[in-house]
Amino acid sequence: MTPKIALRDVRKSFGPKKVLDGVTLDIAPKESVVVIGGSGTGKSVLIKSIIGILLADSGTIEVDGQDVTQIPASNRDAVNRKFGMLFQGGALFDSLPVWENVAFGLIQRDHLSRADAKERAIATLAKVGLNADVAMLSPSELSGGMQKRVGLARAIAGEPEIVFFDEPTTGLDPIMADVINELIIACVKQQGITALSITHDMHSARKIGDRICMLYQGKLIWTGPAADVDKSGNPFVEQFVHGAAEGPIKMQVRG
Amino acid sequence: MNFLSLIGGVVLRFLGNLGRLTIFAGTAVSHCVRPPFHVRRIGQQMVDIGYFSLPVVGLTAIFSGMVLALQSYTGFARFSAGSETAVANVVVVSLTRELGPVLAGLMVAGRIGASMAAEIGTMRVTEQIDALTTLSTNPFKYLVVPRLIAGVLMLPVLVLIADIIGVFGGFLVSVYKLGFNPASYINNSYDFMQAFDVISGLIKASAFGFVIALMGCYNGYYSKGGAQGVGAATTNAVVSSSILILTLNYIITELFFGT
Repeated sequence: MTPKIALRDVRKSFGPKKVLDGVTLDIAPKESVVVIGGSGTGKSVLIKSIIGILLADSGTIEVDGQDVTQIPASNRDAVNRKFGMLFQGGALFDSLPVWENVAFGLIQRDHLSRADAKERAIATLAKVGLNADVAMLSPSELSGGMQKRVGLARAIAGEPEIVFFDEPTTGLDPIMADVINELIIACVKQQGITALSITHDMHSARKIGDRICMLYQGKLIWTGPAADVDKSGNPFVEQFVHGAAEGPIKMQVRG
Repeated sequence: MNFLSLIGGVVLRFLGNLGRLTIFAGTAVSHCVRPPFHVRRIGQQMVDIGYFSLPVVGLTAIFSGMVLALQSYTGFARFSAGSETAVANVVVVSLTRELGPVLAGLMVAGRIGASMAAEIGTMRVTEQIDALTTLSTNPFKYLVVPRLIAGVLMLPVLVLIADIIGVFGGFLVSVYKLGFNPASYINNSYDFMQAFDVISGLIKASAFGFVIALMGCYNGYYSKGGAQGVGAATTNAVVSSSILILTLNYIITELFFGT
């Protein structure tokens, strides 16, 4: 079976700092993989390299067997329509009302009429538990949790095959975080979506992930089923999972 | 040696930015002529740049025309008494050729250039530009192209209106303060003015519109580092487009009128 996403020895540096130092990872269709790791360890860079916002220095990134690092920019859109992404801060377009945010891809990419797109947007908002009243509001009028939900609705509105979640629960209270986790599970399972999430919230990682990988110093140092993360036997993973200041991972106070 | 490396660093950084700006401008212009076009966005930007700049440009123009009439009258009074013709001529030529485009350009640079840099800069730091990419929408086409097109098209319209309002300002002062004959003032203005005075001003305006939108978008697009970065981008957009407007103004004048 061809993996949905296959990363082979992906490297990316910013100046002298090696952010990704040979990352290799296969994600099967309809699988949910969570990458955990400390802040600033290159988790976001990993996702942005797959989407094409950043260009990897070397290595290959295959989506459905097609190497996306080699395709010309003009064909990039065809690949990107398979993707949806929930950004860390929501990244909602604040110049547009909520429904137009959700319908953005439908209008700009799939050329739906505004009326049809609005209908689809309201239906998608219902999936994430928001009613039609919210659709007319501006994103700045929403709370953080609601913005995340709108961001989720926007990510899944175009019925993507793969969705990326960039720290979906960061900055939310525990209850709202769990609501988002449940929504992610519901959306991913319902639509048969392949998911790649990055987070440092272990509760969320255990809940939404089929498989968990740990990124440390640009490498995936551990990969295993989500249930095994507590008995990984890897001192780095153990320290991270238990949130201990003492251990093999030394926080760089100065970057 | 330290001093030399400092100079070298500054020069390299300048050349690097210049290259990046040139590539940015080239990419943006190439997207202007390739579909798809975001017609709705172009319309929004035209309203924002054209319509909502009218009050500030109109006020600038009317007071410039008024002060021009007053100054040239008192100035010419030193040479001769019969300066009625000269005042009308000076007002109309200096407004259409120079003051109209330059003042409108500078005012719009402050109003529009700053808001473009702030808006696009905020979109950059809040990942909204990345979000556009994930929704298969090219940020150049969606954000930059509409602003460039609207700038190039709307600045001439604004300047034409500024010309008319400015001449009217000169008329007001000449007739109601200096006691000129209104009919002969209009006649003097109209007879002396040549079509090319106005056209050259409109061409300048188009170039200024391009510069304002380009510097606003460029500085916003490459801003980084949160609120402070967006603030710096805004300042840079206004300062660099103002300087470029004044520089371009001389170059275009030299091309058209220098012999």
